[in-house]
Amino acid sequence: MAVKTILQAINEALDQAMEKDESVVVYGEDVGFEGGVFRTTAGLQKKYGEGRVFDTPIAEAAIAGSAVGMAINGLKPVVEMQFSGFSLPAYNQVVTHVARFRNRSRGKYHLPMVIRMPYGGGVKALEHHSESLETLYAHIPGLKLVIPSTPYDAKGLTMAAINDPDPVIIMEPKRIYRAFKQDIPDEPYEVEIGKARMVKEGKDITIIAWGALVREVEKAMKTLDVDAEIIDLRTIAPMDTEAIIKSVKKTGRVLVVHEAYKSFGPAAEIISRVNEEAFFYLEAAPRRLAGFDVTVPLPKGEGHFIISPEQIAYEVKKLMAEKA
Amino acid sequence: MLFEEFDPLKGKTLQILDQDGKIVNDKLVPKIKKDTLMKMYHTMVLGRIADEKALQFQRQGRMLTYAPNHGQEAAQLGSIAAMDDDDWLVLAFREMNAMLYKGVTLEQSFLYWLGNEWGSRFNDDVKVLPINVPIGSQISHAAGLAYAAKLKGTKEVAIAYIGDGGTSHGEFHEGMSFASAYDLPMIVIIQNNQYAISTPREKTIKSKTLAQKAIAYGIPGIQVDGNDPLAMYLATETARERALKGEGPTLIEAVTYRMGPHTTSDNPKLYREDSEVEEWEKKDPLKRFKKYLIDKKYWTDKKDEDLHETSKKEVLDTFKKVENSGEVDLEDIFKYTYESLTPELEKQMKYYQEFLNEEGAK
Ligand SMILES: Cc1ncc(C[n+]2csc(CCOP(=O)(O)OP(=O)(O)O)c2C)c(N)n1
Repeated sequence: MAVKTILQAINEALDQAMEKDESVVVYGEDVGFEGGVFRTTAGLQKKYGEGRVFDTPIAEAAIAGSAVGMAINGLKPVVEMQFSGFSLPAYNQVVTHVARFRNRSRGKYHLPMVIRMPYGGGVKALEHHSESLETLYAHIPGLKLVIPSTPYDAKGLTMAAINDPDPVIIMEPKRIYRAFKQDIPDEPYEVEIGKARMVKEGKDITIIAWGALVREVEKAMKTLDVDAEIIDLRTIAPMDTEAIIKSVKKTGRVLVVHEAYKSFGPAAEIISRVNEEAFFYLEAAPRRLAGFDVTVPLPKGEGHFIISPEQIAYEVKKLMAEKA
Repeated sequence: MLFEEFDPLKGKTLQILDQDGKIVNDKLVPKIKKDTLMKMYHTMVLGRIADEKALQFQRQGRMLTYAPNHGQEAAQLGSIAAMDDDDWLVLAFREMNAMLYKGVTLEQSFLYWLGNEWGSRFNDDVKVLPINVPIGSQISHAAGLAYAAKLKGTKEVAIAYIGDGGTSHGEFHEGMSFASAYDLPMIVIIQNNQYAISTPREKTIKSKTLAQKAIAYGIPGIQVDGNDPLAMYLATETARERALKGEGPTLIEAVTYRMGPHTTSDNPKLYREDSEVEEWEKKDPLKRFKKYLIDKKYWTDKKDEDLHETSKKEVLDTFKKVENSGEVDLEDIFKYTYESLTPELEKQMKYYQEFLNEEGAK
């Protein structure tokens, strides 16, 4: 066991995967020599050489598209989009090819590839550096989308993503890359994709979040006398519906918290599933606390946009006051 | 013809003013009015000081992420000065000098880098698009501006800037292809500052020069000493004449150097040697331009000192003002999503106001 940040945990997962499997290659803008702008891949090029860890041209479509070819031809590419906002030039490749090769070739080709991207706000960044675009990826059949919120999960989910036979997108909450440490196993391990994490059991209300907001929910709940069950969804697609339904059946109340834009966002999907499968257990209308449907403001306005523990607590109080 | 004479495939680079501030190519010295030369120089000094201060403020925790211009002043001012007020400026993100020259105020620029959208709202007569953070996508905006100018029969030319790394981007090629296909009045300045964040230009770009990428589009390309304001002026002026005659776009590679970090979050010591930086220090555009102006009797050391003093004061005063301008209002983050607030946005805004009222400030 060693104490690690999320960033270090991801680095360790990549390192161990590369050590174990020669077909794993890691690349992206500034990823090789410098180890990425956040240093997530630091040290890997030195250890595994420029053939397996390299800097690419600034060309996101080529990064994703080449990974398709590599995956078909026997490699396991783990590519980085420098920021999730800059994954959009690659979106065409991801949606029209990455997500579809298995289906298109009736299973002849499959793409064991991983696309990593830092995402989310709260770091006072430039335009296009703060968006939470999980809806865009979760919506597309053929892709898996995971978002770790702890060092333990960051390592385990990265491992699982690399070993997954299908393309997996990992959105990394950059706000908490270095925010805290956790004791995690030194040896390789996987966290199963598609399974939510029970952060805290409770009986009054189910709160579902992921990424950096899991901690904000935890902070909020420390201020209230409410016994909440907190679920870290961890995999956005495919979603762990069972864990959600089981919890809501127990608590009768549900709040979904995400920084992605509210309209058509993941909360809409989660609440639909709750309505479909647990409607008669509900004691109050499900609620969602999400990013406003506005362009994410630059730092001088970001305070209005970022979801705070106070806001979460406010929502919980509203929900608890409701009676069916 | 300039572009034939300085064929990048033949290893030619245009230089008029060498690093010691001496004219090396008499025949090519462009005719630039004294006023224009002085405006270029004033902007250069202001830009340099604004840059130094921005870095300093960032270290003091008073500035957010900032992308320095230091070293690239001539690449920007030499080119933008050859353009007309009616021409359009399309930016990437490292072009504060070009912006200032074109009428964006220092206040707006600092406001932008301090994270306020109002820093991208320029005065109505300033034909400058806001900073474009995604690499490469601005080239087709310039093509569109140029297409409109051509269709309307106006005399506007669009000038767009991009980095060396940006020329690898798919959108660079798409924009260039589009503009060249329709002979659009457009000029693209590649500021080849040798690095894309940590990645040296040779590492990811195989073509010997960036100017030669023009050949693929069937348009002229020229490599220019980007630290030489006169050479940059001449190349741009010539490209502009072509554009106005309906001969289409031109690609200009300004060979320059980013003296500072990529942005304030970057540590260039990780990927480049100090000795390399020192070599480029000798090619400083500011020093050579000043020497040229003094030799021409347009300028004196005394005037230079005064200019530095007043510019410094301007920078400090402006920064203080911007620093104290506070956060934007809640309404401000909603108001510009559409022409008018949708019912859903009204609801979201009202909800948040209620939260603030009930729970006090966040
Ligand atoms: C589409 C896209 N991908 C990645 C980035 C992140 N990024 C910002 S600046 C930069 C390097 C740009 O290098 P270059 O084009 O040479 O311009 P310079 O910064 O040197 O002026 C990168 C990769 C981005 N802004 N947009």
